[in-house]
Amino acid sequence: MGRYVLKRVLLVVPTLLAIIFIVFGIMSLTPNNPAAVMLGPRASADAVAKLNSELGYDKPMLARYVDYVMNLARGDMGKSYNSRREVFKEITLRFPTTVKLATVSILVAVVIGVPLGVFAAVRQYSVFDVTGTAAAMFMASMPGFWFGMMAILLFSLKLGLLPSYGSKTPAHLILPSLTLAIPVAATIMRFTRTTMLETIRQDYVRTARAKGQTEGRVIINHALKNALLPVVTVAGMEFGWLLGGAVVIETLFSINGVGKLIIDSIHKKDVPQVTGCALFLAFFFMLVMLAVDILYAYIDPRIKARYQR
Amino acid sequence: MGHLLEIKGLRVEYRSDESIVKAVNGVSFSLDKGTVIGLVGETGAGKTTTALGIMRLLPAMTGRITGGEIMFKGEDLLKKPPGDMRAVRGAMISMIFQDPMTSLNPVVSVGDQIRESLEIHSVDSRSGSAMDAKVDELLELVNIPSRRKKEYPHQFSGGMRQRVGIAMALACEPELLIADEPTTALDVTIQAQVLELMRGLKDKLETSMIMITHDLGVVAEICDRVAIMYAGEVVEQGSVRDIFESERHHPYTEGLFGAIPSLAAASRRLAPIDGLMPDPTDLPIGCKFAERCKYREAVCGHTAPGADAEGHAIACHRFAGKRHGAD
Repeated sequence: MGRYVLKRVLLVVPTLLAIIFIVFGIMSLTPNNPAAVMLGPRASADAVAKLNSELGYDKPMLARYVDYVMNLARGDMGKSYNSRREVFKEITLRFPTTVKLATVSILVAVVIGVPLGVFAAVRQYSVFDVTGTAAAMFMASMPGFWFGMMAILLFSLKLGLLPSYGSKTPAHLILPSLTLAIPVAATIMRFTRTTMLETIRQDYVRTARAKGQTEGRVIINHALKNALLPVVTVAGMEFGWLLGGAVVIETLFSINGVGKLIIDSIHKKDVPQVTGCALFLAFFFMLVMLAVDILYAYIDPRIKARYQR
Repeated sequence: MGHLLEIKGLRVEYRSDESIVKAVNGVSFSLDKGTVIGLVGETGAGKTTTALGIMRLLPAMTGRITGGEIMFKGEDLLKKPPGDMRAVRGAMISMIFQDPMTSLNPVVSVGDQIRESLEIHSVDSRSGSAMDAKVDELLELVNIPSRRKKEYPHQFSGGMRQRVGIAMALACEPELLIADEPTTALDVTIQAQVLELMRGLKDKLETSMIMITHDLGVVAEICDRVAIMYAGEVVEQGSVRDIFESERHHPYTEGLFGAIPSLAAASRRLAPIDGLMPDPTDLPIGCKFAERCKYREAVCGHTAPGADAEGHAIACHRFAGKRHGAD
């Protein structure tokens, strides 16, 4: 197990190098002139060229890539073109907010999605199952920002119950985290239902019934424990996406998280900041996936056995 | 003196949108304490369905018991509320399943799976350590070292898993054990081991058993009585001697014995039964075996033959009206 984890951690390094390369590639494909954005429209051509060269922006893309990686190896993610502050500092300032939002959302989604999925599977083709599955399909297909806008309209503007922007108090997190959680809960529900339908027909579930076990225990101890593996994967992936993918919702609710930072930085051609954010989120996404894989081994002894060899 | 188990006219159907499969059509047999009855027949004859019917574990969406009685110790299991039935399952009647590779939960240790039965039926409020001791004892009983109880099913061979299944079924010392082809999925050498084990248990614990099999060798080895099933009916039943030594047989039983290779016979070819079992969604009105029967008469086409559930009974018009005692 330890060796496996080590191997996975070492794999993070080449993956991150590839991500940096892709971000650099995309940023240099788009028409791009950071100094012009920084100095404004009235700056002289000379001043723009001078600043670009100071920033190292006159070098070819590959050279900038190598420079960036070398600096990164020394723990330096560079300075934001925009705020002139450390890229890393800018991120760590906002990351706790994003983590809070993502964590609350995934917890809400799992707490809603898994039981509903189990219930729908156990009562397959019942009214609950049919309406529940249809509703989940709708929730999963609708864009998140639409839910967000509807929620603001109803709870903030009409009923005045909840704040619609910022992230100062826990109450501020209710609407955005629910908005994020709804489609995720729907996905998890549908996924749980499908895998549960498979496991409740397994022979070992019948064996548990043959022992005289109660229906509830049969479903939870025997069927759900086996159905959990794919559900954990989906929940982990969704959590990873929430960490980096809350861009739209953070913008909608004016939450000062990493997602919003990326959007603002892209608008301002702030290459170091965008690269830094992408890198940071990719790193955390990989951490979450690693955690999911380790969790597997605790759920399924067969997987643990495979690692130990 | 009543029987331990008496099944009268059991009928089971599987319903789907397209069709109704008549899997068990009026099965009757009985079983006394400490004896073993063999349910013999080819795949699809309704053996497993009968067993699941007794346990009331038919697939919930499709399986329906449409008639009959299952009297166990004088009570009709079919009339029991679900909670009472749960108290019977595992404690008084338990079942060993056909495929040891799929019938154990892959993510629960074998010790915990055996212990589960004890926990469910812990009417005598056993302490935790007493239960642990019982788990050890059960594992040793089926020749598995008790130190392996923390291991998971994937760490055991098929034969060992089947023995874990047996230990699980025996945990609460049931009065009736239903073994659904316990040796079919195993190698021949392991089959012998498992059979030997089950025969030992029968002698030691005096457990009654229903042994489902399509292997007449297994029947000869362990059974006291035999019921031959065909298309959801018992076509012949009697003591092991009746089945193996009597001159009188249902034509299907004759066919079954004809299909066993013999070392003594000069013929090098087996004699298979021509034709196939009738479609269970569209069973014939008369004798279900008539289509394939070489003794077929006019009456077979429109009237189903009947038979008793006692003595040596043959459901065939050739023997109609004659009782065949224990000959």
